Amino acid sequence: MLHVTYLIILLPLVGFGVLVAAGRRLGDPAAGVVATAMVGASFLVSIGVYLALLQVDAPVRSYSQNLWTWIPVDRLQVHAGLYVDPLSMTMVLFITGISTLIHLYSIGYMKGDKDYPKFFLYMNLFVASMLILVLGSNLLVTFVGWEGVGTCSYWLVSFWFTRESAASAGKKAFVYNRIGDVGFLLAIFLVYEKVHSLDYQVVFARIGEIGSANVTAICLLLLVGVMGKSAQIPLFPWLADAMEGPTPVSALIHAATMVTAGVYLLCRVNPLLHASPDAALTIAIVGAATAFMAATIACAQQDIKKVLAYSTVSQLGYMFLAIGCGAYTAAIFLMVAHAFFKGLLFLGAGSVIHGLHDEQDLKRMGNLRAYLPVTFITFAIGWLCIAAVPPLSGFWAKGDILDNTWAAHPALWVVGIVTAAMTAYYMSRLTGLAFFGTDRWSERATDAHELDAAHAHHADGAVSEPHESPWIMTVPLWILAFFAAAAGVMAISGSNFSLANWVDPVFGSNLYQNNLSSAALWVLAVVDAAVAVVFVLVGLRLWTQRSERPALEGSFLRGAWYVNELYDTVFGRPSERLAAFCADVIDPKVIDGAVNGVAGAFRGSGTLLRKTQTGYVRNYVLGITFGTVVVLGFMLTRMWWG
Amino acid sequence: MTATSFPYLTTLVLLPAVGAGVVALIPRKTVASWFHEAVGVAVTVLTLAVAAAVLFAFKSGTGAYQMVSTHVWATGLGIHWSVGIDGISLFLVVLTAVLFPLTMLGARVRRDPRSFVAWVLLLESACMGSFVSLDLILFFLFFELTLVPSYFLIGGWGYARRGYAAIKFFVYTFAGSAFLLVGIVSIAFIHKSQTGVLTFALPPLMHTHLSGTEGVLLFLAFTAAFAVKAPIFPFHTWSPDAYSESPTAAAILLVAVMAKLGTYGIIRFDLNLFPQASRTLAPVLLTLAVIGITYGALVACAQRDLKRLLAYSSLAQIGFIALGTFALNSQGLSGGVLQMVNHGLVIATLFILVGWIYERRKTWQIGSLKGLQSPAPVLAGVFTVAMLASIGVPGLNGFVGEFLILIGTFVAHRWWAVAATAGVVIAAVYLLWGYQQVFHGEPAEVDSTTRDLSLNERLIVAPLIVLIVLLGVFPKPVLDRITPSVNRLVVHVDTVTHTPIPAGLRERPLVAVKAPCMLNGVQVSCSVVDSASPGAPATTKGASK
Repeated sequence: MLHVTYLIILLPLVGFGVLVAAGRRLGDPAAGVVATAMVGASFLVSIGVYLALLQVDAPVRSYSQNLWTWIPVDRLQVHAGLYVDPLSMTMVLFITGISTLIHLYSIGYMKGDKDYPKFFLYMNLFVASMLILVLGSNLLVTFVGWEGVGTCSYWLVSFWFTRESAASAGKKAFVYNRIGDVGFLLAIFLVYEKVHSLDYQVVFARIGEIGSANVTAICLLLLVGVMGKSAQIPLFPWLADAMEGPTPVSALIHAATMVTAGVYLLCRVNPLLHASPDAALTIAIVGAATAFMAATIACAQQDIKKVLAYSTVSQLGYMFLAIGCGAYTAAIFLMVAHAFFKGLLFLGAGSVIHGLHDEQDLKRMGNLRAYLPVTFITFAIGWLCIAAVPPLSGFWAKGDILDNTWAAHPALWVVGIVTAAMTAYYMSRLTGLAFFGTDRWSERATDAHELDAAHAHHADGAVSEPHESPWIMTVPLWILAFFAAAAGVMAISGSNFSLANWVDPVFGSNLYQNNLSSAALWVLAVVDAAVAVVFVLVGLRLWTQRSERPALEGSFLRGAWYVNELYDTVFGRPSERLAAFCADVIDPKVIDGAVNGVAGAFRGSGTLLRKTQTGYVRNYVLGITFGTVVVLGFMLTRMWWG
Repeated sequence: MTATSFPYLTTLVLLPAVGAGVVALIPRKTVASWFHEAVGVAVTVLTLAVAAAVLFAFKSGTGAYQMVSTHVWATGLGIHWSVGIDGISLFLVVLTAVLFPLTMLGARVRRDPRSFVAWVLLLESACMGSFVSLDLILFFLFFELTLVPSYFLIGGWGYARRGYAAIKFFVYTFAGSAFLLVGIVSIAFIHKSQTGVLTFALPPLMHTHLSGTEGVLLFLAFTAAFAVKAPIFPFHTWSPDAYSESPTAAAILLVAVMAKLGTYGIIRFDLNLFPQASRTLAPVLLTLAVIGITYGALVACAQRDLKRLLAYSSLAQIGFIALGTFALNSQGLSGGVLQMVNHGLVIATLFILVGWIYERRKTWQIGSLKGLQSPAPVLAGVFTVAMLASIGVPGLNGFVGEFLILIGTFVAHRWWAVAATAGVVIAAVYLLWGYQQVFHGEPAEVDSTTRDLSLNERLIVAPLIVLIVLLGVFPKPVLDRITPSVNRLVVHVDTVTHTPIPAGLRERPLVAVKAPCMLNGVQVSCSVVDSASPGAPATTKGASK
C-alpha cells in the first residue's frame, strides 16, 4: 500500500484537471460532487497508507518514494520525492479528512454561485498543494506545496473578485506570504551551500557540517517563512483580511490546514531547531507574543469571522510556543485538535452567516440558538473546546503546551495562561452575542445587502427569519463536533489513540522532557481548568445581556493595534513614493536624459552629421539591409562555388 | 543524406529568408489578402519542423558544438560561414522557431500584410543566424540585420509615437553595435599577433591571451552592444518606448526573442572570449543586474499602461538572467539559459494577451479597464497562469530558472542573491496590482461586453501554456542538454582565470593546459577541456591556412 502514496496527491490533482477541462459542463452540483469524491478517495488511500505504515517497526517507521528527477544541474540534484513518516501521515490524515468534510459542506454552501465549478477547482488544487507540502521529501518540494497553497489561497480569498475588498485581500495575503517566502528561499540556499543537498534526511545527518551559526541562521530564515504562512508577528495582518473569502475557505485554509504549514515545517526540521537553542527560544517568544496580541484583538472584533481569524492567529502562537520549547508532540496535538474545533467553529459561523443571509456583524445577531439548533449545539462544542474546558480536546492540548512551557520558560507560561483566560473570554463573548440575548438581527437595516455579492439565491431583499442549514452542511458539523470533543483521547498515553506513541519516535531525543512531578501536573491542570471555566462564565455574563460595552472594546484593540496603519506609513506609502519618483524622475529625466544628452551632443557637434542622422535613418537602414544581403549572398555563393 | 550531413542549421537560417523573398515577390493584387500571411505561417511552421529535427538530432550529454558546418568565405580575411549549436543555443533556436508562427497567428495586422510578413520572416532568419553563428563577423552581420526588420516593423505598423520609438531604438542599439565591431576586429588582430593566423572563428579566438586592460576594454566593447540589446540597466530606456509603440507582433519578438540576443551574446562571446575580464567585472555586472531587478520592479509598480508595465517587468527578468550569468557557475548559468527560454515563453504569452485586450478595447491603459474577469474568464485564466509564471510560482517554468539563478548566485556572491531575492516580492506586488485593476472588480458598462477568447485564440496560447507548465514540472530533458555546455564554459572560464599568461606567447601551442581547476568547488582535471574541444576548430584551422 505504501507504494501508492503518490495517489494521495494525484487524486485531488485529477479532480482539478477534470474541473479545468469540464467544470462548466458538470455545473452545480456535479462539479462539487466530483471534487468531494476525489478528496474523499484521497482520504481512503491515506488510511490505507497509514495502516501499511503501522506494519513498519517504530524506529524506522518511514517510507520514501522518488517520483522523478526535478531539477538536476551538476551537484544540485532535486528530486520530486515523497517521504512518509508518522509526522507527515498525521498531517495527511487530518488534511484529507477535514478537506472531505469541508468539500461536502461547500456543496451546500456554494449552491447557486455563478463560479461554482471554479470554487471546487481551486479547492482541489489547494488540497493537492497542501499534501505536496507535507509529503515532500526535501525542502524544495515542500516549498512547491508552500507556494501552491499560497496561490490557491490568493484565488480563494479573492474568489468574489467583483468586490474590491476581496480582490485587495487576496493580493495582500499573497504579498505577505511572498515576504515570508524570501526567508524560506534564503534558508534553502544556505542549506544547499553548506551540505549540497536539500533532502531532509541528508541534511539532518550532516548538521555538524553546517556550523552552529549557520544552523541558527537557517532556523531564523525558516521562521520568517513561517511568520508569513502561519500569520505570526510581524506578518500576521493578512489573515484577518483573508476572511473576505467564502467561509468554507476560511475554515479549511485559514484555520485547519494552510496556516498550520509553518507548524509542520518547524516540526519537520526539529533536528535543526534542537541544534540551535537561540532559534528555538526566538520561536517560543514570537509564538507567545503573537498568541497574546492576537487574543487581545479578538476581544474587541465585531465581525464573527474576524474574531475567529484572530483567534486562529493566537492559537497558532501557542503551537509555536510549544515548538520553541521543544514540545513538538504538544504542538501537533493542538494543531490537530485546533483543526477540528476551529474548522467546526468556522463552518458553524458559515451556517450562521448563511442562515442570516450574509450577515457577519455580531452586533446584529443574538438569540440564534432558538432558530439554528443544530448549529448552536455543534458551535457550542467548538466554543468549549477552544476555551479549554475539560474534558474536551482543547483542555488536553493546551494543557500539554502550558505544562511544557511552565517547565521550560516560566515567564512565557504566564503569557500563555493570561492568553488562555482571554481565549475563554472572547469566545464566550462571541457565543453570547450570536446565540444568546435578544434577536437583534430583525433590527438590521436593508443596507446589509452591501455585503451580499455572491449569493444570488438570496437576492429577494426581504429580511426573513434565520433558517437552519440543509443536511449537507449540518452533517459535517456533527462529525467535526464529535472529533473536536473526543480528540482528547489522543492524550491518553499507552492507548491505541495515543499521539505520543505514534509521533514521539519521529523526534526522538530532540523532544523536550519536562520532568514535572505528577503533583505539579495536577496543580497546572486545575489552574488551566479553573481559568477556563471562570472566564467562560465572565464572558457569557458580560455579553448575553448587553451587546454594547464600549469600555471593553477600545479603538486600539478594534483597530488591531493599528498595525496596518503602521505598515502603511512606514513601508507602503514611502515605497509608493519611491516607485513614482523612479518612474517619473529617475527613468525619464536622469537616465533617459543622459541618453538624449549624448545624442544631442552628437547632433550639435556637426551640422553635416545632423542631416544624415535625423533625416535619413530610413534610407540608412535600407542601406544596411541591402549591404547585409549582398554580403551574405556573396558568402553563400562563395560557399557553394568555392 | 544522413542525419549528420544534412545542413540543418544553414537550412534553419536560410528558410525564413527565402520565405521572405518569396512573400515579397508575390504581387499584392493577384492573390487574396490572407495569402501572404498563409505563406508566412507555412514558412515559419516549416522552420519549426526543422528546429524540431535539430532538437531530436541533438545529442545530450556533451557540451561541444554539434551539427557544425564551416565554409571559408574570405581566406585573406579569415571570415567563415560557420554555424553550430550547443546546449546554450539549442533552446533559444527552438524558442525562436516556436514563437514566430504563434506571433504571426496571434498578432496579425490589417495594413499591408505582405510587407509585414516579409519583414517578420527576415527577422526570424536574422535571429536564427545570430544564435547559430560561430564566426564573429557572421554573428555581427546577423546581429545587425535584426535591426532592420524591427525598425520597419515598429515604424510601419506601430502606434502614435512609432517614429520616435523606432529611431530611438535604432540609433541606440546601433551605437552599441559600433563598439562591438571595433571589439571584434581588435580581438582578431590581437589573436593574429599571437598566432600569425587571422581568423574570426570563435573557437580559436577563445584562446587568445589578453592582458588585464585589453580584456576589460574588449569586454566593455562587446558588452556595450549586448547590454543595450538585452537591455541591462541603465541601458534600457529605449525599451519601454519601443515595446509600447510597437505593433504587438514586433513587441513580442523584440522582448521574447531579440532581447535574448543580448544575454546570449554575453554568455557566448563575453564569457568565452574574455573569461578573465568577465570574472573581474562580475561584481559590476551583478550589481547592475540586481539594480535592474529591483529598480525595474519598482518602476513597474508606478506604470499606468499594461505594455510599459510588462516592459519594466522584462527589465527585472533580464536582470535575473544577467545575475545567473555572472554567478559564473553551473547552476547560475544553466538557470540563466533556461530563464531566457522561460522569459521568452511567458512574456510572449503576456504580450499576445495584451494585444488581444487592445483589439477588443482599443486601450491598454490600466485605468480604463476593469473587471474583465467576469466577461472574459478564459482570457483572465490564461493571463493568470502567465503572470504566476512570471512571479516565479513553483510548478510553472519561471520558478525553475529563478531558483537555479538565485542558488547559483548565492553560492558565488551571497549578498547579491539576497538582494535579488527581495526583488521577488516586488514582482508579486506590481503584477498582482495590475491584474487586480484590469481583471477584478465590478466591470463597467464598456468592460462587460468584452469578448472572451475565441477557439482560435485559445489554440494559439495553448502551446505556450503547455510549455510553461511542462518546463515547470519536468525541466530535466532541457537541463540535461543545457548543463554540459554550461559546464564546459565554466571550466573554460576557470581554467583561463587560473592560468597565468605564459611568456613567449608566439611559441605557445594552443593545446591542453594541464592545470588543476575548480568546478563548483570540485577538483577536476582540465585536460578534459581541450580534448573535448569542439570539432569546429580542427576544420577551421585547417581551412584558414
